[in-house]
Amino acid sequence: MLESDFDKIDAVLHEFEGRKGSLIPILQKTQAQLGFLSKEAMEYISGKTKIPVSEIYGVATFYTQFRMHPIGKNIIRICHGTACHVADATKISEALYEELKVEPGGTTKNLKFTVEEVACLGCCSLAPVIMINDKAYGRLTPSKIKDILAQY
Amino acid sequence: MENSVRIKIGLASCGIAAGGLDVLEKVENFLKEHDVDAQLDHTGCIGMCYAEVLMEIEDDEFGSTMYGYLNAADIDDILNAHFVEKKPLTEHIVFSDKLGGKEKEILDYQTRIVLRNCGVIDPESIDEYIERSGYEALQKVLKDMSPVDVIEEIKESGLRGRGGAGFPTGLKWQSAYNNYADKKYVICNADEGDPGAFMDRSVLEGDPHSVLEGMLIAAYAIGADTGYIYCRAEYPLAVKRLRIAIEKAKEKGFLGSNIMGSDFNFDLTVYEGAGAFVCGEETALMCSIEGKRGMPTLRPPYPAESGLWGKPTNINNVETYSNVAWIIRNGAKKYAEFGTEKSKGTKVFALTGKIKNGGLVEVPMGMTLRDVIYKVGGGIIEDRKFKAVQLGGPSGGCIPESLLDTPVDYDSLTKTGAIMGSGGMVVMDDTTCMVDMARFFLNFTQDESCGKCTFCRIGTKRMLEILNRITQGKGEQGDIEILEDLSHKIIKGSLCGLGQTAPNPVLTTIKYFRDEYEAHINDKTCPAGVCKDLIKYLIIEDKCIGCGACKRACPVDAITGEKKEIYTINQDICTKCGACMTACKFDAVKKL
Repeated sequence: MLESDFDKIDAVLHEFEGRKGSLIPILQKTQAQLGFLSKEAMEYISGKTKIPVSEIYGVATFYTQFRMHPIGKNIIRICHGTACHVADATKISEALYEELKVEPGGTTKNLKFTVEEVACLGCCSLAPVIMINDKAYGRLTPSKIKDILAQY
Repeated sequence: MENSVRIKIGLASCGIAAGGLDVLEKVENFLKEHDVDAQLDHTGCIGMCYAEVLMEIEDDEFGSTMYGYLNAADIDDILNAHFVEKKPLTEHIVFSDKLGGKEKEILDYQTRIVLRNCGVIDPESIDEYIERSGYEALQKVLKDMSPVDVIEEIKESGLRGRGGAGFPTGLKWQSAYNNYADKKYVICNADEGDPGAFMDRSVLEGDPHSVLEGMLIAAYAIGADTGYIYCRAEYPLAVKRLRIAIEKAKEKGFLGSNIMGSDFNFDLTVYEGAGAFVCGEETALMCSIEGKRGMPTLRPPYPAESGLWGKPTNINNVETYSNVAWIIRNGAKKYAEFGTEKSKGTKVFALTGKIKNGGLVEVPMGMTLRDVIYKVGGGIIEDRKFKAVQLGGPSGGCIPESLLDTPVDYDSLTKTGAIMGSGGMVVMDDTTCMVDMARFFLNFTQDESCGKCTFCRIGTKRMLEILNRITQGKGEQGDIEILEDLSHKIIKGSLCGLGQTAPNPVLTTIKYFRDEYEAHINDKTCPAGVCKDLIKYLIIEDKCIGCGACKRACPVDAITGEKKEIYTINQDICTKCGACMTACKFDAVKKL
């Protein structure tokens, strides 16, 4: 980790100082700053908050939001909720994996995209749906994937 | 001065996903170019998601006109016709006061209590909420009612928890009130995790203040001064609008100390969940707020006795809270006029799947499933054959056509083996495989099991393995019986709702669609043509004209043949993606 990364964590810790039960928001903000939770980052947080690192690791691995590996510049979330499943979301996933040459949960070699499958994005009536960063794309067909990716 | 012309564009997550922001930009440009004096607003979910993007124009000339199925390219024509030529383009109108419109009746079947403001007000404006009687209920409670009066009113209304299990809300409040403590909490469960459900998201995005007001009234009733809204991080827009709502409520003095001049104090924080389905369970949710792994704990003690940080806590979900202010304002009796004897009021459903008019609907309890699907929802896409409706997500079950006249109320739905659930309603037609559906839900619960109880952790895994085998054509005699046996043991051996209900999708599909399981196991066929290992694509020689469209569409080069000759599919290479079938214009590709 860089010197400046430690400063970023310090700023996050400062914000939650003295507030009980803040571990999850601390990890969320750290991840938002650094992109993922490295072993070093978790150890540093443990040292400062006096929460055992085993507990931090336990929490970080329990919730799907936390990542232990670097991620791509853009995050693609493929919705696999019920409505999307019924609307053939699997074909959308396959088209994405084929186009980007990645495995589920993987990151492209050029670190441009990370692809995740998620339970539900809540845009069920536009199924099937994917979300790239904070923008949702609905009523998809496999043939639309290429054009959408080209925008990034 | 108020503008007499008002334009509202639905900008909830689904509106934005359908291109709402592009429409907004076009409208802005048009108004500027043509110098139309109109007030342009954003609003929340209008509920007719199938017709997104939606735009409502209110003016003296035509009253309220709702345009639907919009994309940015149509906007200039529509606005030009409406404002310049004064001859609105009726083909784009979904419904209107004066111009007819084909879909008005969809709204006529509904009763909007929870969704009273969704799609009507700008969710980021507290003034618009106040204008529609917002925070009047809070004022009434603080001025004229004791906590006991409030609890009695809610009890009398018959309101039951909308999160799924349907526990009477008044009783919940009563027991939190009865437990004396120096500190109490109120929590709003906005961790809407069921795949296929978006009721709570729409309410939070479209009318956040109604949730705040409900929580304030609950806090006053039980004697709490601190509240949390536990919202999924997957709902960034809902979180943003909640934060804005809290800020504005603080400015107006509805949150903070000495609210409306009384001695009632209340502070509210939004807590972003970190993605764990089990956190929808109340004890797990509280563990999560405390900063721990979200694992359920044994009840009793119930949260009302010992909840967050060991203090009495009242926890309800979004939809439950957004009923509260309406009940206080209009009276319990008025509320209890809607619904059945044991299920009062209305229920919001997220109607999705193979349904024509998918979206958010609110119907009085007691309406039959058939009416919800065919009258409100407009029936099945392409008028195909209805097969089943899935209620309650991974905790619920599939209801077949023979039970379509079941009324929507807690007790009748439980009798079918499904549950009311939080309100996901996914409609399936004859192209949906029920075994695959059961496998889909089990895959979900298996993944989301927190791992505390052995039966849930390992039992769901074993069930998933069996279901995977069956859908791959490797099913064996006795598989169905093992699935049933495991199901009953998981129900008995699990601590929380996740495990206790996880087998429901499997049990109900076995109960109502056993023949499909048998076809997979005995005949190695998938009647719906979904399970890849059990289907193959063939080219019908009589119909093939040799155009080569299928060959060009095939991503794995499994199709061979020359122009003007009959093409063939190499089954060893074929990945069964179905691209050839979509590409063929002559119906020459069939699925077996």
